[in-house]
Amino acid sequence: MSVFEGFRFRHVSSPIHRLDPRVKFLFVLVMFVAAVLFYELLPLLVLFFIPVPFVLVAGVQRQWLRSLRGAMFLAVFLLVFNLVFGFLSPGTIPWGMSPIEYASAMFLRFLVLVESFSIFFLTTSPDHLSLALEQSHVPYEFTFAFTTAVRFVPVLAEEAQTIMDAQKARGLELERGNFMKRVRNYIPILIPLIVSAIRRSLELAEAMESRAWGAAKKRTNLYVLKLRRGDATLIIMSIILLAMALYVRNFVSPLPTITSLLPK
Amino acid sequence: MTIIETKSLSYTYPGGTKPSIRDVSLTIEKGEFVILTGPSGCGKTTLCRCFNGLIPHFYAGQLEGELAVAGLKVSEHPISEMAQRVGLVFQNPENQLFALSVEKDVAFGLENLGKPRDEIRKRVDWALQTTGIEELRERAPHELSGGQQQRVAIACVLAMQPDIMVFDEPTSFLDPLGAQKIFEVINELNKKLGITVILVEHRLDLASKYADHVVIMENGKILLNGKPKEIFNSETARLIGVGIPKATRLWQMLQENGVKLDGVPTSSDEATQLLREVLKT
Amino acid sequence: MIEIKDVHFTYPTGVEALKGVSLSIRNGEFVAVMGQNGAGKTTLVKQFNGLLKPTKGDVLVDGVNTRDISVAQLARKVGFVFQNPDHQLFSETVEEEVAFALKNFGFKQDTIERRITWALNLLNLTEYRKTSPFMLSGGERKRVALASVLAWNPKVVILDEPTIGQDHRQKETLRQFIVQLNAQGKTVVIVTHDVEFVAECNPRVVLMTQGQIVADGEAKRILTNPNIALKASIVSPQITQIFQGLTDLGLPTDVIDVSEAKKILIEYLEEERGKR
Repeated sequence: MSVFEGFRFRHVSSPIHRLDPRVKFLFVLVMFVAAVLFYELLPLLVLFFIPVPFVLVAGVQRQWLRSLRGAMFLAVFLLVFNLVFGFLSPGTIPWGMSPIEYASAMFLRFLVLVESFSIFFLTTSPDHLSLALEQSHVPYEFTFAFTTAVRFVPVLAEEAQTIMDAQKARGLELERGNFMKRVRNYIPILIPLIVSAIRRSLELAEAMESRAWGAAKKRTNLYVLKLRRGDATLIIMSIILLAMALYVRNFVSPLPTITSLLPK
Repeated sequence: MTIIETKSLSYTYPGGTKPSIRDVSLTIEKGEFVILTGPSGCGKTTLCRCFNGLIPHFYAGQLEGELAVAGLKVSEHPISEMAQRVGLVFQNPENQLFALSVEKDVAFGLENLGKPRDEIRKRVDWALQTTGIEELRERAPHELSGGQQQRVAIACVLAMQPDIMVFDEPTSFLDPLGAQKIFEVINELNKKLGITVILVEHRLDLASKYADHVVIMENGKILLNGKPKEIFNSETARLIGVGIPKATRLWQMLQENGVKLDGVPTSSDEATQLLREVLKT
Repeated sequence: MIEIKDVHFTYPTGVEALKGVSLSIRNGEFVAVMGQNGAGKTTLVKQFNGLLKPTKGDVLVDGVNTRDISVAQLARKVGFVFQNPDHQLFSETVEEEVAFALKNFGFKQDTIERRITWALNLLNLTEYRKTSPFMLSGGERKRVALASVLAWNPKVVILDEPTIGQDHRQKETLRQFIVQLNAQGKTVVIVTHDVEFVAECNPRVVLMTQGQIVADGEAKRILTNPNIALKASIVSPQITQIFQGLTDLGLPTDVIDVSEAKKILIEYLEEERGKR
């Protein structure tokens, strides 16, 4: 669950938090594209460290590191997989890199993707995000479903705990038994949870209708996102980053590999 | 001026074997504070849902008879239109708040109506002030207590400036002190803003002092309809198991023993006053 | 039966819900744990069946420390009926629902059959034996939840806010039922903020506010004390309020019941008439 901890938004304010989510997302996309362009260790190392100043300015270091830690399991798996693969068929590794360097590069690429998305979610409140979605002409039904889901996550978590308590108080033992028995033990918890969720949806629908849901074709909004100087700066930075990545990819060839820099 | 009028209203839920409300004929005047009560399953919740159009537009089923609310025939107007005249506050505070901040929740209805931004802002500020929750503006609904959440729900409905507000057992999940606060807020809306209030409640000891019109239902039909003092005093009310205020019950018991008080009390203050008069002579 | 020794409890979120609570509940007592929402009532009673273990202090049930046995073992002795029956109901029939706990506790099949019949009969649910619990009304579902707990005959029954959403008649039935349960020797603990309900049964009241017990004694004494009521932010019963406005006439202040109030007033009037 710690990987989710790393993605959860906290009520903090920093210049990064105040940036327009759409612009932040653009930056994340650029990072994504750049990461996918390269399989050499050196450029990926550079990419890995680019978000770090943003993380520090936003003050979300601890949660960001936690998200990386959460992703470690998969990352290490990738590392090992590529190592094994690399040693078994060295001919497939481009540029004559050592298998270690290649595996490390894949490992880093995965982490670059995780860290970019992580910093996006850590610095964007669900409110802000839904506003961005609305203004990006995503149909309101979807944005509403998104915010409502986020709003009810803590409520459902608490309810799940209450249900577990209620059934434990009737002698249900969740830790005992073999695998099959343990799975079946969760039925008395899942069913009340689902039934409760359905009842809740009905009540929510009633409340929504009673507050004029669907009244006007064009829905207005209390807040509106406006692009400001910081956003413009980030847009320019993203474009430069993308341009540089494309340039390096297409014109700097072959890219120096660590392997080649090591003394023979 | 009559603001709600029903004639022989009957409704059966889809798949229901018998009607939930039968032959309900009721008149409510503008500005009244109505208490609607009765044993569980008597049809009060169903009737509430008729007032703002949830029945028949959201719940299919069979609706018969006539119902006019704020001059509109409910069956002919969509819920979104009725919502601008009739607001409905539900029992569970948690399931009425969908946004991530109180402010956004209160703005929700107005946003749906497509109102311009500055008007939304003004109305949101006004609603928050009127319900006394200005300081909760930026808070997330999950962090609030039940009583606070319910006041937010009231503000959400109030922001649309309806002429009528219906409250379906709004204090079920609150403790007595929390319930009292909600009743005070509702009373303010009625006395200061002139909003017609229909309150469905079991807690008559706390709420009855605010009402000027009481309707008691049983088995889908209206059993009693009139002024609070007459209704709470009636034998019928006690027999069908309505929890009349203890003050009224005491008055009834004293009556049976030949002690006459000069009026029917529904609150403790009234009872104290009336008893004082009798005991001091 | 249940002993709470200087218990402190802090939730993982950091909220300190119990700040040094000590309490003893004897076999066969009828106790109402009262106070505002958030006072710590539910947190306290969840210590009785081990759902929560104290961060400091000890809870002993029948002499055994709750830290030393599992919730399932404790549940055998301490039954807990949750506020919302929908948090428990999951079976296809009422019968299976009531059988659930019995199976968990390892009862034999014929005993299970007998207990189900007995519990359903006790709560007037026999006709619904083969019905799906989801088809029943709110009040009926509450009775199913209650039946499923009483079926295994725990020594202690805890009811968490049993009066919420109930109409007057349902509360009357519940009150009589609880009094009967207690008369049969069960230790009954109810968590409630419904003063009028408690006024009609006159149990032992443990009044809490902000994680501490501020009063412990007879309902009549506690609910009529204006200082205590203020401290715990509770509303006194209406009858008490009436009498509090008549203290200058020499009338008693510890009245919570309507019938008693009537008697006192009539006696007072006859005395007054007698004096003239």
